[in-house]
Amino acid sequence: MSQHASREVLIRYMDGRERTAIVREDEVPYPDGKLIVSRTDPNGIITHANQAFVDMSGYRRDELIGANHNILRHPDMPAAAFQGLWETIQNGAKWQGYVKNLCKDGRYYWVKATVIPNIRQGRLVGYTSVRRKPSRSRIREAEALYAGMMKEGRHAV
Amino acid sequence: MPFNFTVSPDFGPDHVSGWFYFNTWLQRQLGVDIHLELYDGFEQQRADIRAGKVDLIYANPYDASMLVRELGFQAVARPAARRDEAVIAVPADSAASCVEDLVPGMRLATTADPDVHTIGMIMLESADLDKTNIEQREYESYVLIAKALIRGEADAGFFLKQSYDELSELIRGRLRSLVSSQIGVVHHALLVGPRLAGRAGDLADLLMTMQDDPKGGYVLESMDIRGWERMSVEQTEFMIDLIDTLVD
Ligand SMILES: Cc1cc2nc3c(=O)[nH]c(=O)nc-3n(C[C@H](O)[C@H](O)[C@H](O)COP(=O)(O)O)c2cc1C
Repeated sequence: MSQHASREVLIRYMDGRERTAIVREDEVPYPDGKLIVSRTDPNGIITHANQAFVDMSGYRRDELIGANHNILRHPDMPAAAFQGLWETIQNGAKWQGYVKNLCKDGRYYWVKATVIPNIRQGRLVGYTSVRRKPSRSRIREAEALYAGMMKEGRHAV
Repeated sequence: MPFNFTVSPDFGPDHVSGWFYFNTWLQRQLGVDIHLELYDGFEQQRADIRAGKVDLIYANPYDASMLVRELGFQAVARPAARRDEAVIAVPADSAASCVEDLVPGMRLATTADPDVHTIGMIMLESADLDKTNIEQREYESYVLIAKALIRGEADAGFFLKQSYDELSELIRGRLRSLVSSQIGVVHHALLVGPRLAGRAGDLADLLMTMQDDPKGGYVLESMDIRGWERMSVEQTEFMIDLIDTLVD
């Protein structure tokens, strides 16, 4: 277990559900050369996870399959970022952005994610997300952007 | 009219005759006339594909997207245990010890192989490098990239992992790998076009036992392929979706 301080945080999801998660200021480095791949059904329920996804998230594959993809939601991520993601992919377009993810043990990892709709014979059957290693400068930009969005979000409520 | 067969121009130069043996073997087994046309470059081949001049193709994963989604091709098989992975290598005495040590303005040696180039560029992103802040030069082969690195004409080079591993020890000893992709699900595939679609099932059945047939085994060896694995429609679509997330 890591030596970093941990705190308990309440995570509020878009659908009104909540959970208390343990969050640590301890980053898991993105593995060089790997892509983290997952797929969901049209509602964001995980249907596929590659080994890199299992390894990074810290969940077992059977805990991931069938779970809502927001299982990885980190409290430092503003809701508006994911609203933008869902609007984009529901319009049939590709979404790309930087995401801070929460591991099962409370640590975190940054990714550059690309999400696309999966169309089969003209029908939407789900979504695929492929993550790659982000640069440190992009992570710093995203941290500043999301911190600003979180502040605005709190004022808006 | 014979059917037309072609092979992605990124096949290893040592295996040209293997593809001709394969074509001969296929014609005997399927009882149809097939003409094999090899291309030096991707552009001419893509033009002929779009002009409907291709019925059977050993395609790289990048072109598979256009072939399946736009032109109605279907995947029949993929080479067993062979995935397309890329390596970024530097001269052995380079100061860089990881990708993040590469800096803007660096000279990159690459090839026209679209999947290796795409995966290589993705691995450079973590160093904030992209086509706008590096100097790229395209080489005809991976051996030429190795030589450019050794001569100091390039700071980093992209290799197909298999080609990197097959470089002579003398050459590889003068290079150093910074990163090697571990994607695992991107690979070449044998695809049939609409005119040959009726024989796709026969073809897949033949390929699955090709290694058990003495002649077939010899042909596989000359192509440097261990055998074939069946590819389902969904496996193909999955790979294409994945590639779609990697290209702009
Ligand atoms: C294919 C796909 C992959 C996703 N991957 C992630 C992810 O890695 N981390 C994450 O927090 N949200 C991810 N999301 C977004 C979640 O569905 C969800 O919107 C987000 O976690 C915020 O939770 P909430 O919308 O329930 O509030 C993904 C969505 C899709 C469709």
